[in-house]
Amino acid sequence: MISLDLIQTTAETLMDKAAIEIPQDYLDGLRAAAATEDGDLSSFVLQAMLENYEAAKEDRRAMCGDTGVPRWFVKMGNDARVEGGFVALEAALRRATANATTGVPLRPNRVHPLWRTDHNNNVGIGAPEIEYGFEPEGEWMDLITVHKGGLFGTDYRMLFPSDGIEGIKRFYLDSLVAFGKRGLACQPAIIGIGLGGSKDTCMVLGKRASVLRTVGSRNSDPKIAAMEDEFKELGNSIGMGAMGFVGKNMVIDCNIEVGYCHTGGMQMSVHAFCLSSRRAVARIFPDGRVEHRTDPNWFTDYQRRETIEWDPAREAAE
Amino acid sequence: MKIREVTLSTTPNAEAVADLRLGDIIYLDGLIYTAREGVYMRALEQKANIPMELPSQSAANFHCSPAAVIREDGSFDLGAVTATASFRFAKWLPEWMAKTGARLIIGKGGMSSKDYNEYFVPNGAVYLSTVGYGTGALLGRGVETVEAVHWHEELGIAQAMWVIRARRMGPFIVASNLQGECLFERENAKISENLDRVYEGTKPAVLKRYGETDDRSDEVIG
Repeated sequence: MISLDLIQTTAETLMDKAAIEIPQDYLDGLRAAAATEDGDLSSFVLQAMLENYEAAKEDRRAMCGDTGVPRWFVKMGNDARVEGGFVALEAALRRATANATTGVPLRPNRVHPLWRTDHNNNVGIGAPEIEYGFEPEGEWMDLITVHKGGLFGTDYRMLFPSDGIEGIKRFYLDSLVAFGKRGLACQPAIIGIGLGGSKDTCMVLGKRASVLRTVGSRNSDPKIAAMEDEFKELGNSIGMGAMGFVGKNMVIDCNIEVGYCHTGGMQMSVHAFCLSSRRAVARIFPDGRVEHRTDPNWFTDYQRRETIEWDPAREAAE
Repeated sequence: MKIREVTLSTTPNAEAVADLRLGDIIYLDGLIYTAREGVYMRALEQKANIPMELPSQSAANFHCSPAAVIREDGSFDLGAVTATASFRFAKWLPEWMAKTGARLIIGKGGMSSKDYNEYFVPNGAVYLSTVGYGTGALLGRGVETVEAVHWHEELGIAQAMWVIRARRMGPFIVASNLQGECLFERENAKISENLDRVYEGTKPAVLKRYGETDDRSDEVIG
């Protein structure tokens, strides 16, 4: 049984880490970008961002004043049991979100869409989102928090098989150029692309590709992995850098996730996880151990399974 | 090009503003207030009295809501500070500037050169962009004190009017000048020259979007 207290205290720590500490994989990616950047203004911007990450850690203050919209991904091994059950788990995550909003502090971004009511704690109707995933084995629970910024850089389009890769590239470039101008997407970013599913799942896939995969990770399908490399290169050949200034670095990495879709369509979504890619992860065990990390490791073979029954040997053979 | 660094007062005189060049890096000293849609609506549409002497106390309007909390004892804890995209506030800015004498509009992404020519230049105002975005921790370090938070009960913490005393707060980038030129549009024009080559081999989507344009010099703002 996983302790409810431990879930809440761990969740509060994760909120703090996500807001303050840039994940190492993104930092390494940005340092590599800064080393190649030769646009004078975009170079200045990347250096300022690198200094900003240091300042955030030194002062233990949020790296960006817009601390995004906190959300949770909960993944559990098949044998995990939670003290108090799932209703108690959700209450603990909502309490942690509210406590961290005043504790860190975070910006209380969450308001009612019509009445603009702000509870000043990032909790409200449907907020924070809590999404679930499962793995075949284990008694552990992974808590993942992501505080993604939210206004620009994301788009969806219904494409068709006849659009092909050329059509996918076109919409990808359209999204980068449209939201890259003036730096609205807060690039260079981790670009997530969702392909297939249906409209809602396509958005979910693309968002998860940007926020739940790390810089340097590659899709397990080698042909999709090759597309990820090609799309990263393509995005960085636009000639646009940070803040929409002339530069070489728009995409720190490009991650693509797919889902089976209607035979007539090819849904596509594009998402940008910004210069403050806020994510933090911890695995909690029933014996009270907590292991912190920054890689959500969400997209396992099980999450990408294609078969009816889960049969690891057969999946590996395919 | 060598980047020039300038320290500027938040109640700058006309000469200091006129001297600014696109791409200059700015550090600010003095009082800054935050105002975005909540404050504009309250002051301009509901005609509430602005609780500060403007522009004598400050001519610097920051499109921002900080990551901050008001403690139970009434004190403030302010962490990181970054801007929000300014183009959404174009409908209120001309009246706001006329009423408050704001000379430094600070935010994210700038405005269009049309905005700059129509009401920034006539008011002797320029646009300063935050850097990144955003260098929230660096800007937070530049906040010496929070002097007041107005209208937080009416508007909530995120939309309230925060009055902060800045000490060498920055960096910001000069994104417009008194000639009405726009830094972002200058950069867009340079990048546009390359876009046809990048798009080569792609093709327009089979299903069009209603009202869609393929003009790549176009922008999503304004």
